[in-house]
Amino acid sequence: LRKNVEDFTGPRERSDLGFVTFDITADILNGENGLQTFWKKSTLIIFDWNVKQLFLYLSAEYSTKNNALNQVVLWDKIMLRGDNPRLSLKDMKSKYFFFDDGNGLKGNRNITLTLSWNVVPNAGILPLVTGSGHVSVPFPDTYETTKSY
Amino acid sequence: AAALGRGSGRPGSGGIRGGAAMDLFGDLRRMNKRQLYYQVLNFAMIVSSALMIWKGLIVVTGSESPIVVVLSGSMEPAFHRGDLLFLTNFHDDPIRAGEIVVFKVEGRDIPIVHRVIKVHEKGNGNIKFLTKGDNNEVDDRGLYKEGQNWLEKKDVVGRARGFLPYVGMVTIIMNDYPKFKYALLAVMGAYVLLKRES
Repeated sequence: LRKNVEDFTGPRERSDLGFVTFDITADILNGENGLQTFWKKSTLIIFDWNVKQLFLYLSAEYSTKNNALNQVVLWDKIMLRGDNPRLSLKDMKSKYFFFDDGNGLKGNRNITLTLSWNVVPNAGILPLVTGSGHVSVPFPDTYETTKSY
Repeated sequence: AAALGRGSGRPGSGGIRGGAAMDLFGDLRRMNKRQLYYQVLNFAMIVSSALMIWKGLIVVTGSESPIVVVLSGSMEPAFHRGDLLFLTNFHDDPIRAGEIVVFKVEGRDIPIVHRVIKVHEKGNGNIKFLTKGDNNEVDDRGLYKEGQNWLEKKDVVGRARGFLPYVGMVTIIMNDYPKFKYALLAVMGAYVLLKRES
């Protein structure tokens, strides 16, 4: 799993708003994202007969003075059984506004982006799996004036 | 549905044989008070057992409503109207982005099943979070109370841990067509009361 990001922050009202662009390359079927070790001896196929879909989401996790733990989902995608299991997305903008609860993004050096997914079976348990690759992203110390986004 | 299974394993158990209608009324007349009381007690026991199982589930899962039926299409294509969800609500389970939670907005009866998309947790354990239905364009702020921007732990009924498709449709049909519900209850009641164990 590889992600490349560029980012800048802008103030909105009283909360920091972060802008992130990213690339996602993931191979869900073949375990490049650590799935292989998670499932161990079971078959490598994550899309087995009982999997209806995967709900993939990219979340940013970080700490601020205001809150010990923050998690924000930046992007999500529904991958149905039968869809191409290889993702190769470039230059994606976040689907949802990356607002912080306060001003914790400015100068925050350690924002971790992780790709995870929710397995939705045809019937049965709903597990949440985190991919093994993750990327750390720093935000700059200064705000940028509004840029077209 | 719990009523129908009980006691049917016994050999020679009655139930309604061929030539049903005539036999039924014959049986009714022949049944004496004792047998009637026995049947009523049997019925009461079935109902109590069902209630005990339900209460037991509430205790074991920690959720006030461990099994819920999906009412809307806001989580499609994962869940459709009529699907059944199994919930847990353990106190120590943290709320994390990506989880599917069932919550109640203050002042409203109907619980909503959506996904957590934002979490802000303080060091002391205070959590506030935002939800959104997979199939909705926007987050749930429009569904919350006037002026409410975040949900808290107290609003959570449970986390979706497992699911069965279609099974909950029966509840929806019974809700939308009350006559069906009464008919079903009448049939179940008649069967249990009149079934004879020889």
